[in-house]
Amino acid sequence: MAEVTYAPTEDLDLIRSTTRQFLEEKADLGVVRRVMMTDDGHDRGLWSGFSEMGWTGLLVPEDYGGAGLGYLELSVVLDEMGRLVTPGPFFASAVVATTAMIELGSSDQQERWLPAMASGEKVATLGVFEKARDWGLEHLRTSAVEEAGVWKLSGTKRYVLDGHVADLLFVVAKVGDGLGVFVVEADSPGLTVSQVPVLDPTRRQAVVELDNVVAAARLQGGSSGLARVLRLGSVALACEQVGGAQRVLESTVAYARTRHQFGRPIGSFQAVKHRCAEMLMKVEHAKSVAYHAARVTDDLDELDIASPLAASVSSEAYLWAAGESIQIHGGIGFTWEHEAHLYLKRAKSASLLLGDPRFHRSLLAEALSL
Amino acid sequence: MTDTIERRVDTVVDELLATHPPATTSDQELWGAQYDLGVAWVWHPEGFGGLGLPRKYQNQVNRRLTDAGASVLNRYQNLLGVGMGAGVLAAHGTDDQKRRWLRPMFTMEDMWCQMFSEPGAGSDVAGLATSAVRDGEEWVVNGQKAWTTLAHVAKWGLLIARTDPSAVKHEGLTYFVIDMNSEGVDVRPLYQITGEAEFNEVFFNDARVPDENRIDAVGAGWRVALTTLMNERVAIGGNTVPRGSGRISEAIDIWRESGEDDPVLRDELVHLWAEVEAARLTAIRANEMADAGIPGPEGSTGKLAWASHNKEIASFILDMMGLDGTLYPGGYELVRPTSFDQRTPQASFLRTRANSIEGGTSEIMLNILAERVLGLPSEPRTDKGLPWNEVPRG
Repeated sequence: MAEVTYAPTEDLDLIRSTTRQFLEEKADLGVVRRVMMTDDGHDRGLWSGFSEMGWTGLLVPEDYGGAGLGYLELSVVLDEMGRLVTPGPFFASAVVATTAMIELGSSDQQERWLPAMASGEKVATLGVFEKARDWGLEHLRTSAVEEAGVWKLSGTKRYVLDGHVADLLFVVAKVGDGLGVFVVEADSPGLTVSQVPVLDPTRRQAVVELDNVVAAARLQGGSSGLARVLRLGSVALACEQVGGAQRVLESTVAYARTRHQFGRPIGSFQAVKHRCAEMLMKVEHAKSVAYHAARVTDDLDELDIASPLAASVSSEAYLWAAGESIQIHGGIGFTWEHEAHLYLKRAKSASLLLGDPRFHRSLLAEALSL
Repeated sequence: MTDTIERRVDTVVDELLATHPPATTSDQELWGAQYDLGVAWVWHPEGFGGLGLPRKYQNQVNRRLTDAGASVLNRYQNLLGVGMGAGVLAAHGTDDQKRRWLRPMFTMEDMWCQMFSEPGAGSDVAGLATSAVRDGEEWVVNGQKAWTTLAHVAKWGLLIARTDPSAVKHEGLTYFVIDMNSEGVDVRPLYQITGEAEFNEVFFNDARVPDENRIDAVGAGWRVALTTLMNERVAIGGNTVPRGSGRISEAIDIWRESGEDDPVLRDELVHLWAEVEAARLTAIRANEMADAGIPGPEGSTGKLAWASHNKEIASFILDMMGLDGTLYPGGYELVRPTSFDQRTPQASFLRTRANSIEGGTSEIMLNILAERVLGLPSEPRTDKGLPWNEVPRG
């Protein structure tokens, strides 16, 4: 197991403070509300801001125009984005799709696509799931057939994050008994992308239908490479969940300190304060597993444990905290006007996107040979 | 700087091991020499078992002694003395008191116990009723203590008693060291739900304590007691252990031995494993942050997590055992446990119920987290400012 050191470095502290400052100035909850009510949930101005900050290319090697940083640095940016339920395709494109291209792309493919992804010029996404609870990808039907050196894809990908604004779709399809990942340009003939209404309006989804669509390329690696991409995506999502959970804790405690009923702050009642303390404990546990996972992404064996551990613990902690936050806020917490619902929607959605906690625990059981 | 201290500690340990080879020296003799050389509690002043160094260097000493085959069991077997009483004496005792008690405590010639809780004073331990009344150069003690570990073998007891019933509850307490063999001190086993008596009840019937055994000022007892309580909570749940060790490893062993394949049970097992691992990583993170000079809230959650996980795992183990969980091998016998023998899973299930009560109930720990870490206001108190003898009790 890799050496874990949690103490943040000066570099990480700097990334955190500049990220927080940018997001509080340019993407506070007022902006989030405006963007989440737009048709496509994607604010181009904000996106180019992310690009200027170097976030869209954070993971991309310097040779391809990125910052060449790793998951540790990314975890801090995502932590801060989670705090403010940052809307748009950052997670889909700059995290999951970029990770897929870095992990699975040949150097030619990386050279061809990564620079535009790093600059934010092109939004990419990974189309992987089809059936509602098939996170293990055992029942995929979308298939790829090679004809005269050209791969053609047919099938329907669902739950595709930000597919409606993507310029590039990395589509997972069956190749014989195995799986392959294919690059599909958004303007390819035979491709139909339709946005669908979602529980968390800050993170949109599309259904992608492929009817004999010609792929621009096939990435390397099959199931195991893809599994690694999804493990890494789960680590990133856990870091984002931790940021949201921490913010929920802070706002709930602040409310419990100031809201008075029966002539005293509600946070002086043990029924309330104990729940706040339990929230603190769960959030601290979630931080520990998420930060740990972000620090061991280069250690393949440890990642097999750390990723599902982080995903299952952080998902449950965030969802529980977001739910209890509404309860402690009472009536005001149930209003559209209050911020609490933004976090509940993000928490529930995130706890399902790449596998629910039970699914991640099944991966953990496998990694632990249980 | 750090390296210099490490080298100095190493030199002292080298000397200890050279003059008292563990293979040919009795534990007691070795511990005596360890005390005399100042590596019993390195953070104590010189002459009192220490070298005036930061506390963390004790780990280095203990590691080296363990590696050399020397026993450090006195830290556990005389826990109330070596782990807690010593800290109280070091912080609040006179030099005479330290000289008299610390060395034989460390060598385990004298065992120690701690008498705080009472039948009427559990979570609200400052409301305790055992009285000490001054009579010349002595104090006369009357009352009853409960849940006293090791009282039946202890030579000395740390005792808090009420010396001024008309003062506000925290202010009327005084801290003493009492000779457990004194006239008027009666120790009886307190049988718990497992049938074992790990603990005792102690009855005081006009027992006498010389005033020279008083620790710190009359009325300063609560302040002195806080030193032990804080040490106790640090001692429970704060340590870092290898992944998958402890009670969860028992659950995993039983799962594997059973050949069980039930997906619901498996999910629950992995769920518990994940929660325990999250708490373990949190303890590691707390230590690293504290070492880096950034102590945060992560350090205060250990005891709570430990208690609830222990209870959940012990209960889950019986679930895995199915109907075997309804058996109780060996039956219930009202006995003193002879050692820290492995309990049966059934007995562990029962014993762990105390984990969220002993050393601070989980409810009190949640109050502490909420009030000290999150800054939430305390519950209004009906006993605030009242003389102790006017506070309702029952």
